[in-house]
Amino acid sequence: MAKKDAPPRWDRKMQQRLARGEAAALGELYDRFASLVHGLAHRVLGDERAADGITREVFAHVWENPEAYDPKQGPLRSWVATLTHRLAVQRLRTTETAALARGGTGGTEELESKVRRASVAARADYIVTSMPTPLRAALELAYFQRRDYRQTAADLGVTEDEARRRLRLGLQLLSTAHDTGPSGTPPEYGGAR
Amino acid sequence: MNGANPFEAYDDHGGHEDHTDPEEHEGRVGPQGSDDSEAENGPHGPGGPKDPEKGNGQDPDEPPRIPMPRSSVEDTGLPLPEPALTPLILEHRVLKALLGAWALAACSPEEAAAVEDHLGLCGACADEALRLREAVGLLHRPESLDLDPALRTRVLESCLERRPPRIPVPEWATPYDAETARLDALLQDIGDAEWHAPVRLRWFERDEPTSRRTTVAGVIAHLLTVDGLVAVTLGLDDPLEAPAESPTPAARTEAFWRASHFPPTRSVRGPWREQAHNLVRTVAFAGGGSGQLPVSYGDFELTLRDSMLDRAFECWVHAGDIADAVDYPYEPPSPRHLHAMIDLGARMLPTALAARRQAGLAGPGHVRHLVPAGAPGRSLRLEIEGLGGGEWLIPLDSPGALASPDHEVAHVALDGVEFCQLAAGHVSPEEAAAGQVGDREAIKDVLFAAASLSRM
Repeated sequence: MAKKDAPPRWDRKMQQRLARGEAAALGELYDRFASLVHGLAHRVLGDERAADGITREVFAHVWENPEAYDPKQGPLRSWVATLTHRLAVQRLRTTETAALARGGTGGTEELESKVRRASVAARADYIVTSMPTPLRAALELAYFQRRDYRQTAADLGVTEDEARRRLRLGLQLLSTAHDTGPSGTPPEYGGAR
Repeated sequence: MNGANPFEAYDDHGGHEDHTDPEEHEGRVGPQGSDDSEAENGPHGPGGPKDPEKGNGQDPDEPPRIPMPRSSVEDTGLPLPEPALTPLILEHRVLKALLGAWALAACSPEEAAAVEDHLGLCGACADEALRLREAVGLLHRPESLDLDPALRTRVLESCLERRPPRIPVPEWATPYDAETARLDALLQDIGDAEWHAPVRLRWFERDEPTSRRTTVAGVIAHLLTVDGLVAVTLGLDDPLEAPAESPTPAARTEAFWRASHFPPTRSVRGPWREQAHNLVRTVAFAGGGSGQLPVSYGDFELTLRDSMLDRAFECWVHAGDIADAVDYPYEPPSPRHLHAMIDLGARMLPTALAARRQAGLAGPGHVRHLVPAGAPGRSLRLEIEGLGGGEWLIPLDSPGALASPDHEVAHVALDGVEFCQLAAGHVSPEEAAAGQVGDREAIKDVLFAAASLSRM
């Protein structure tokens, strides 16, 4: 489960501790965000070792530039997710371009659509883990557990109206994953650049 | 309990979990199509989903179950919405509300048919339907979140090389940092019910195997309470609020268990994790020199440095107990950390041997020539094989005696993990797979002394 409810205070204190050069803070940062970072990178790159590499880059970047995060712009979690996304998409484009240059199949157009697909998929994952728990729970039941909306309502102890509302709202949120910027990087992960 | 619980109740539907292809949902529209909760459809009003022409959902003329783009409405030759406008006002709202359920194929066949009819007539809903349907395609079961625990060490080390920390974590606290992170990752993966899986804590007392039954949550409470001994030494809050009969790990644990009216639940994870983070942080601020501070375990003491190693060792051992209880794999610590733990055990052996002698447990016929402190005495060569292994010379005659290769009377070889299992009381001295050469009595004493290092 994502620990998405960290209060802003935690974010601010974490930033101060990182800026102060506390190695223990770096460990705590890793414990909180490593699975988010690795999961997003893996969704974009589809490769374990490449995802390991991005994980290393992301934490190194935060550790070396803690002041780059501005708590006023949003939660640290969003900032870390956006950073991960940017680095992973960059890496994907670089490796795909290199493959193309080596005479790989497909053209630039195909490359762009691959990058875009990966980018949307990663953003969708993030949206699912970050959406309010009631919406995620409804989608989880209807999609993964194959419950219809009446069963979903019963399982969640809400009215059928409410179950329908949650399913629709959850999908509406999820559909914003397609709203990406020109470079394939989403404008924001619910927060800072 | 909250909304996470109901997931568990439907585990028997798990067979479907692999079908993440949204198209597959087509086949199961309305498993309860005749559900009498149709009454809920009241708002549809007359002529809603029960439209006689489309109501059975099997009409061969049924439009394909993909949303129709607005532009195609005119091309289909279907009647335009105007004629039915007045009775559809209510219905439009209801149908719109159904779009999410429809996109997930989570409504009855009658409702699905009504939605699909409507999509041919209403451009706004058709657009949304398409968008939601595409969104369904983005749902993925999250990939396995099992991160390689070694990745943590690699990532942290590479960060610290690039920017050396101003407040480093002392080398001797890193095994504790790594082991608590590893256990926490395991706890993250286990379900609510598994927190109550039975676990038997095992140790040796007066050469006899002893055990105490608890649960996964009970084990974490035990770790929280005993780690609390270190917390108290460092001036942090004591997690144990109830009075304990004595400040020993066992008495504190029993007091903690007794003090709560209900068996511990997964809610102990937070306090345990937070305390572990605080311990690492606090020893980092205290600096490497703080390693010599004494930590009292009630009937014995360890330096802070050894105590943090001991807590790392216990964390691994109990993580193994938990992993066994919930049927997860669990690996030994990294070789460097395993080596430090074995070293701690080897260094504690002389005192444990002396304690056994004092308790009259040392074997008969044991030649005891007291050796003055600092003088060389009879020694046993402990050879630990495998990653993290090494060789240790154990002075046999007294803790103060100097181990000496010239006075080596026996040689024991065993695997590193096996030695740790022995010292944890999980393997009996008789059964430990050890290669042995030399004085059998001395070997037996050392193996039993290793087992006596274990405690609750």
